[in-house]
Amino acid sequence: MKILVCISNVPDTTTKIKFAEGNASIDTTGIQWVINPWDELSLTRALELKDDATSGIKSVTVVHVGPAASEPTIRKALAIGADDAIRINAVSSDAWFVAAQIAEVVKNEQFEIIMCGIESSDYNGSVVGGMISEFLGIPSVSAVSGIKFENGQPVIIREIDGGKEVVSVPTPFVAIVQKGIAKEPRIAAMRGIMMARSKPVKLIEPIAIDPLTQIVEFEKPAPRAACRFIDADNPAQLLDLLQNEAKVI
Amino acid sequence: MSVLVYTENWDGKFKKLSFELVSYATGVAKMLNTIVTAVSIGKVEEGELIKLGNYGANKIISVYNEQLISLDSQTYTSVIAEISGKENASVIIISNNNTGKAIAPRLSVRLKAGVGSGVSRLPLTINPFTVYKRTFSGNAFAHLVIKSDVKILTLAQNSIDLIETPVNATIDNLNPTVDRSLLKTVVKDVQKQSDKILLTDADIVVSGGRGMKSPDNWPPLVELARLLGAATACSRPVSDEGWRPHEEHTGQTGKIIAPNLYIAVGISGATQHLAGISSSKYIVAINIDKDAPIFEAAQYGIIGDAMKVLPKLIEAVKEIKK
Ligand SMILES: Cc1cc2nc3c(=O)[nH]c(=O)nc-3n(C[C@H](O)[C@H](O)[C@H](O)COP(=O)(O)OP(=O)(O)OC[C@H]3O[C@@H](n4cnc5c(N)ncnc54)[C@H](O)[C@@H]3O)c2cc1C
Ligand SMILES: Nc1ncnc2c1ncn2[C@@H]1O[C@H](COP(=O)(O)O)[C@@H](O)[C@H]1O
Repeated sequence: MKILVCISNVPDTTTKIKFAEGNASIDTTGIQWVINPWDELSLTRALELKDDATSGIKSVTVVHVGPAASEPTIRKALAIGADDAIRINAVSSDAWFVAAQIAEVVKNEQFEIIMCGIESSDYNGSVVGGMISEFLGIPSVSAVSGIKFENGQPVIIREIDGGKEVVSVPTPFVAIVQKGIAKEPRIAAMRGIMMARSKPVKLIEPIAIDPLTQIVEFEKPAPRAACRFIDADNPAQLLDLLQNEAKVI
Repeated sequence: MSVLVYTENWDGKFKKLSFELVSYATGVAKMLNTIVTAVSIGKVEEGELIKLGNYGANKIISVYNEQLISLDSQTYTSVIAEISGKENASVIIISNNNTGKAIAPRLSVRLKAGVGSGVSRLPLTINPFTVYKRTFSGNAFAHLVIKSDVKILTLAQNSIDLIETPVNATIDNLNPTVDRSLLKTVVKDVQKQSDKILLTDADIVVSGGRGMKSPDNWPPLVELARLLGAATACSRPVSDEGWRPHEEHTGQTGKIIAPNLYIAVGISGATQHLAGISSSKYIVAINIDKDAPIFEAAQYGIIGDAMKVLPKLIEAVKEIKK
């Protein structure tokens, strides 16, 4: 069995976001790109499953839609332990575009599990995974916080309001993962970095797809009023403000 | 034409979230000069369904079928897509919660409809159809143009005001045939805690960070939450250490919440933490370090040792609750 992990690259979470072109785009100068945190965790779980001989998982492939400039992201995933990679050579214009590209590539391949993150931390779309599954006409399970194998069958844990459910779906399926899927992201060791250089990256040209959405402008969140400090010995004053000024208690 | 809104229910009951969705749909419908059709899936009594009319739903389609008890993204998508076609929906509104995230993208592909996810305001313009959405985990907001004929919007919870605009709603009951072989998701076990206030629903949240020092120090924080009718939350290191359960972790990699009041105790205010709570209407910070970044996000702050401030705050709350 094979797992495909979809990875996006996003600005490091501590990046101060600046705009360019009259606020129509993001100023990318000086941005450190990292693997989207959820995708790092998906990859980690996929590799753990591969390490477990009883799971039946034989290989882990990563796929990324991005231009040559995002090659380092793919190398990093290979260094962490993915067996091979696919890069679809296009600047991702919207989620629809990305999902259509990935679905097109995957439809002729045999992956039993396709893993996507619940959202990429840049555009916060939360849609690519679900779109891929619908393009392929296969089941999807969302809010997945655990995947294991029992008797060769995947057993999935998904989060619901106030609890969890244990569910099963037939393969192939798309798992849209969130917190809990793996504890800590696996990091690349020296050996992995060396080995990554010789691992295969398949380069695929995109198909023609018109995006359905387009960002035309960015704006900063409204600035918050400066903090008003209350004496630690006078919490009653805080409650008064919360009651009468903010009106939230 | 119509605006379609999917109103999820919880054990047959709607929540504030469901009414927010209808309120929002009514706002969009006004801009488009059309009506609101609400779709409910599951067993919901008429007395409950009709409440959707208080927020402007003109027509309520109540779908009930034993096969549709638990969420299967494919069958739910089929049901909503079919209704959307019949109702000639131009905009479909769904919550940005786990259920919405399971359905919206599938519906998008089924209907070739662009998605604006996590919208927190009414559309900025109708032509072109431009929505306002969160990006970069709350560090920027985008004006997103949706170009497709049908548009799907997922609404961020607690981001708009509930507006009562009562109308006389009609209720249509629908019992669609569901092909069993298409139902792929089999639920084998459910573990649910129903006595707790859900973090995502709570109006007030009291949250603790590493500055709480030890899991043994949590009782006063929990007591404060109980007195305020609040849910409890925590920062990531706290749940990683196992001091508090994982479902309490807020932030970029945890839950994203937008309560009216978020009280952060012993939390430094790292960007990844703020990503989950920055949409709170008011933030109160209690921290021993006057330079902690959390005070930049907070409107009210107390500089002090949590272990000394919490007991005093509890006494003060008890005083006003008398
Ligand atoms: C990819 C990524 C994703 C992440 N996602 C998240 C996330 O989702 N959520 C999250 O929370 N973090 C997340 N983090 C971690 C984040 O960067 C911070 O490390 C974390 O939020 C710090 O938690 P804290 O504020 O509890 O602890 P600390 O940063 O250690 O802060 C403790 C605070 O307590 C104060 N304090 C100490 N003693 C007292 C006292 N006696 N009384 C009162 N105050 C006191 C200190 O002044 C300090 O400000 C993420 C990190 C990465 C890299
Ligand atoms: N450009 C991309 N290439 C590959 N996978 C992607 C890309 N963009 C998004 N994804 C996947 O889709 C998930 C959700 O992204 P989004 O829907 O953009 O929030 C991510 O966690 C990735 O798994």
